[in-house]
Amino acid sequence: MTLLLESLFNGAAIGSVLLIAALGLAIVFGLMGVINLAHGELMMLGAYTTYVVQSFFKLPLLEPLFGGYIFVAVVVAFLVSGLVGLLLERSVIRRLYGRPLETLLATWGVSLILQQFVRTVPLAWSTGLWLAAMVALAGPLVGNRLWGLRQRPWLLRLGSWVVAAAVGVAAAGWIRGAMPKLARASARNVDVTAPRWLRGGLDLGDWTLPIPRLVIIGLTILAVVAVYWFLNRSLWGLRIRAVTQNRTMSDCLGIPTQTVDALTFGVGSGLAGVAGVAVSLLGSVGPNVGGDYIVGCFMVVVLGGVGNLWGAVVASAGIGVLTDVIGAGRLLEVWPQMPARLQQGVEFFATTSMARVLVFALIVLVLQVRPAGLFPQRGRMAEV
Amino acid sequence: MADTRSRWPPRWSQVLLWGMGLALVLALPSLVSPFRLNLLGRYLSLAIVALGIDLIWGYTGLLSLGQGIFFALGGYGAAMHLQLNCHSCSRAAGGLPEFFGLYGVQQLPWFWEPFHSPWFTLVAIWLAPALVAGLLGFLVFRNRIKGVYFSILTQAALLVFFNFFNGQQKLINGTNGLKTDLTRLLGMMVGSDAMQRNLFWLTALLALLTWLLCRRLVVGGRFGHALLAIRDDEARLRCLGYNPTPFKTMVFALAGGLAGISGALYTVQSGIVSPQFMAAPFSIEMVIWVAVGGRGTLWGAMAGALVINMAKSLVSEAWPQTWLFIQGGLFLLVVTTLQGGVVGWFQEGGPRRLLARLGWRTRLSTYPALELETGPEGED
Repeated sequence: MTLLLESLFNGAAIGSVLLIAALGLAIVFGLMGVINLAHGELMMLGAYTTYVVQSFFKLPLLEPLFGGYIFVAVVVAFLVSGLVGLLLERSVIRRLYGRPLETLLATWGVSLILQQFVRTVPLAWSTGLWLAAMVALAGPLVGNRLWGLRQRPWLLRLGSWVVAAAVGVAAAGWIRGAMPKLARASARNVDVTAPRWLRGGLDLGDWTLPIPRLVIIGLTILAVVAVYWFLNRSLWGLRIRAVTQNRTMSDCLGIPTQTVDALTFGVGSGLAGVAGVAVSLLGSVGPNVGGDYIVGCFMVVVLGGVGNLWGAVVASAGIGVLTDVIGAGRLLEVWPQMPARLQQGVEFFATTSMARVLVFALIVLVLQVRPAGLFPQRGRMAEV
Repeated sequence: MADTRSRWPPRWSQVLLWGMGLALVLALPSLVSPFRLNLLGRYLSLAIVALGIDLIWGYTGLLSLGQGIFFALGGYGAAMHLQLNCHSCSRAAGGLPEFFGLYGVQQLPWFWEPFHSPWFTLVAIWLAPALVAGLLGFLVFRNRIKGVYFSILTQAALLVFFNFFNGQQKLINGTNGLKTDLTRLLGMMVGSDAMQRNLFWLTALLALLTWLLCRRLVVGGRFGHALLAIRDDEARLRCLGYNPTPFKTMVFALAGGLAGISGALYTVQSGIVSPQFMAAPFSIEMVIWVAVGGRGTLWGAMAGALVINMAKSLVSEAWPQTWLFIQGGLFLLVVTTLQGGVVGWFQEGGPRRLLARLGWRTRLSTYPALELETGPEGED
């Protein structure tokens, strides 16, 4: 019984990381049909954001609140990755709708650029750049309320750019002074210090649950509920679904399809940022951290059935449990007297990397039987 | 399509061109340093894998992100043979290659045995990858999986192979890979300058032969027409009574075989084969060589592989920080503005359009409709 529970928990732990990473992809790939290979790098940005936010909370002024920085990090990471995703959609993806293979190559190029960006640009300057972009975006919204500015749009535009640049440079300069660790660029990995309540484990008699894993599971559940609510209960979610089903008809009915595209991509990218926060709790953060997850994410989405949120949930849970069962050689514990030949086989696959080999091979086999995933969308589409 | 089959007797300009090419290849070893020659030879072998990618992507429309599998399989085949037949290398117990001793392996794994034979190895380095590619391709194509799903599946397959080779120390030395530069081939040390020069010539010869083979296959032949039809409208081809699966499987196996040859040549020239050959970024990089050179033009893909890799090594030597920016920029450039690649841009009249945009209008010398007759697949 304990064995079953342990396996379920470990499976949930592995699966929840996969799911939270794949959630944004399920939206971008599932609803828009865009292959975003830069998704892993958007996660990486989220993880670095956690590091920067944590550095802020180490300043004397915010030190007492250190325990709660993770909640701030989730919000900021969503905004950072979401903004980058928005810019990506506006500048590149927009030109490539309907040409998925080209999108794939373009986003791979973007991912290379992002990787090298965090290696060469100090975090202080990246933070300043992000602040400047936020101010430049928010400037017109605020300025529009002032009558004098509303009459002169060119002044408003110019003013918000000037203010944004000033804010960015000032912030970067101040961060360089206040947090010397962020002043120099480096290709080396950084470590996020978890607050005290996040370390250690929860004792359950003879068995302890690691708290970071629990937090990630909680964060994943929260994210899934939020996405479900957003897509099915909110006005913009309704519009997104309408555009997915029939773009031309939605356009005729007055839905701003271009805004919907940008928003969908932005939300998907923002979720990648949230996943980045989760990833930063598990290990050190480096420029290559995204690459470890990207293929797994695609497998979750493809296996679950493209455009199907619950499919992604089931698929990630399944992959998680299977990885644990195979990787830890659980069959041996359940059935100690198995034939020697079988035992050799089980032991052969009982490492993390070999478990991944077998799981991916199984996924490819499942896709042989059900090419459109476990839960295919029903429709009149002749070609998937 | 214009008739592009080689005519006889050839034009004197062509003879001159080929003669100059031959003279250049023969003279290069005495013109550049052994280090540069070695790099050039490696890049020339990468041109062969680019050729295969051009066949499946440029002509058939299948974007594979897993060519690294077949590339590495070819490399491992060559390295296993060299490791087994190295009489001067230090040995573990039982005459096994040295690394087996580190993991306490007493008996040679069964799949190593046939690699004692040079003839078997020569066949295996292209046949084994081709068979694996054919099997993988058949499984995928039979279910009509295509487009991005095919790309993702090939990447997953790549990950499977990478993890397998990375994790199996006892079978193929895991992460460390197999070294070949201290082994001997035909009595010469593989890493020596003389041997590397011979390998350069061999690579150049094989690059030429594979290019001629692919040209024969895809330009003007029925097979090539079927591939183009699959790329342009598979559903219509199916409706016309053709089954595209065998064609796709065959061309994917062919590309796999080419990748195997390329990997074997690359391994003996770089001195090592390791699971890094199957790292995901490397396989995607291969695609960009083809894209920049010009998909659908065989020599464009080869030139792309050569030029980009040379640029990579030169740029990384001078400014190591910038290469990834340049590479990422190349991806964006090719996808957004330069879709036919550089060669495609020239074939589609890019220079004339550029001049026109700069205010230098030239008159068309032909009737515009004639322009449509030569598509991007015309190779001449």
